[in-house]
Amino acid sequence: MTAPVSSSVAPLRAEFGAAVERHLVSCGDTIIYVSRERQHEALAWLRDTPGQEFDYLTDVTAVDYRDPERPLEVVYQLRSLGRRADLRVKVALDKRLPLEVRSVWDLWKGADWLEREVYDMFGVSFTGHPDLRRILMWDTYAEGYPLRKDFPLRGHFSRAEQTRQALAANPEAHYSIEELSIADAFAELPKDMQERLARGERGFLR
Amino acid sequence: MSLRTVEMALATPGADREGRPIRVPLGVAEPAGGHYDEDFGAEHMLVNIGPQHPATHGVLRLVVELEGETVKRVIPHVGYLHTGFEKLGEYRFYNQIIPLTDRTDYLAPMANNVGLALAVEKLMGLEVTERCRVLRVIACELSRIISHLVWLGTTGIDLGAFTPFLWSFQERERVYNLQEAWTGARLTPSVTRVGGMMADIPEGWEAGLREFLQTFPKTLREVDTMFTRNSIWIGRTQGVGVLTREEAINYSLSGPMLRASGVDYDVRKDRPYLGYDEYDFDVPVGEHGDIYDRYRIRLEEMTQSVRILEQALAKLRPGPINVDDPRVILPPKSRAMSDMEAMIYHFKQVMEGVKPPAGEAYFGIENPKGELGYYFVSDGTAKPVRWRIRPPAFINLSSLPKMCEGALLSDVIAINASVDIVMGEVDR
Repeated sequence: MTAPVSSSVAPLRAEFGAAVERHLVSCGDTIIYVSRERQHEALAWLRDTPGQEFDYLTDVTAVDYRDPERPLEVVYQLRSLGRRADLRVKVALDKRLPLEVRSVWDLWKGADWLEREVYDMFGVSFTGHPDLRRILMWDTYAEGYPLRKDFPLRGHFSRAEQTRQALAANPEAHYSIEELSIADAFAELPKDMQERLARGERGFLR
Repeated sequence: MSLRTVEMALATPGADREGRPIRVPLGVAEPAGGHYDEDFGAEHMLVNIGPQHPATHGVLRLVVELEGETVKRVIPHVGYLHTGFEKLGEYRFYNQIIPLTDRTDYLAPMANNVGLALAVEKLMGLEVTERCRVLRVIACELSRIISHLVWLGTTGIDLGAFTPFLWSFQERERVYNLQEAWTGARLTPSVTRVGGMMADIPEGWEAGLREFLQTFPKTLREVDTMFTRNSIWIGRTQGVGVLTREEAINYSLSGPMLRASGVDYDVRKDRPYLGYDEYDFDVPVGEHGDIYDRYRIRLEEMTQSVRILEQALAKLRPGPINVDDPRVILPPKSRAMSDMEAMIYHFKQVMEGVKPPAGEAYFGIENPKGELGYYFVSDGTAKPVRWRIRPPAFINLSSLPKMCEGALLSDVIAINASVDIVMGEVDR
């Protein structure tokens, strides 16, 4: 099955040169690899250039391959609502270096939770994200990043340890320090709880 | 401290000529002998809603920062129902993933099954049979109806209208009966397989669906009479939770949420799958982007689903439901027991599973909640390297803090209801 390459590839190569590492077509979808350094610039260009107009961010996700040598990929699914066209842009991140990429939250607000999820599940940091916290797992989750291939299906901790931590969770300390401060209620908390929060202990106590 | 004026939409017995509620400014009168306490309104209050609260439609937790009764900020906390489906999928054969999709958006399970089968078929380059396509359209549209009915009933309850809940759940029960007759399950049908369907519809099923299609529009009309020009309903929903066209696109909304803000995008029309381009139906598009428009759109979508279902029944011709490809479809039991080759195929498929070639595919379908996308990365083995669900409810919900800015506390409940979330899908 041969499908045409997206018409965005040639102009993107002309504009960004070597920053467009390669492109390929899989199952009819065009995939463009851009370099980590110019990823934000390239995505902004795709969004704002007339003729491209990828104004809609369908999805942000990441892929960790079974081959441990292969870089982790951050995947952006773009769509132009006006042109009814789709494009998949990928950024390959070398796993020996810190997993960091610029946030596209300033381009698409929809990236807010999507990037938080990638951070939560893969440990990729998005620089410039206003509120990069875990989203599906709890703040103090200590087992690592569940969707990495080196994360076992049942988790790093034993079942007993997981149960122990769940039972030890302290619902009292469940408000984050930020939430408490916006409510100005911090001063009214019991002394010991204030100390624990000040030490950064949230969620549960050992 | 200066006096503040609170303006709020009252459920006045009359709307103005355009049908908008009459807004009554409520002034805070200065007491006769001086000023209010200096502290009045100075402190922000923090209200915790959920995770165990009926109006959060599952286990969603909202921390709301209030100034008086005005919402300054909403901080949603999700993840209480996190199950790790995406991780689990990496350890399953492609057909074994289908039961997992039942449990994500559990209010529209059959549509999820269809989306998953279509994504794997795109990965493999398979074309399903004509009868299978029509059956899948029926599955998708029935799911749309039951999902919107749940939305309608629960949102009505959130805003204080109990009766339509009973009507909509009664109708939903009838669809569940049809679903049960077809698949044997009410909540977890797992109705598709890669390359076909788990089962054909049983004898007499079409008549049951026809009967439903004849009587269901009457309920829709009743709901329409009850809500559409109801001044309480209008007062609670019009102009509340507004997102403009640009914001809706920027927040990656999809489905009825996107269309209520005036963006004419429906996957069924714009990237047709399952032959949706051969059906005659309309896509309702709103203009105000408020809760009321979302309600109107969902109501109209049910009417359009009835139209599609009627056409699908007319299109339904006898024929095979599965592709004729021994790599993906099990041979009939009688052949597997008598024919050596068929038995080998049977064995290989049960033991080794369906093996798509190396590659990756994203396939999005128009689910009741919005665009549900499945993204598969395959390395040529029988289990995916990565299975990603593009969850429409999760992404739609991420716009909640924006919609709630400056609203009243009671509006938060209405706005949250209008997103139509299902926590199984938000948390996955």
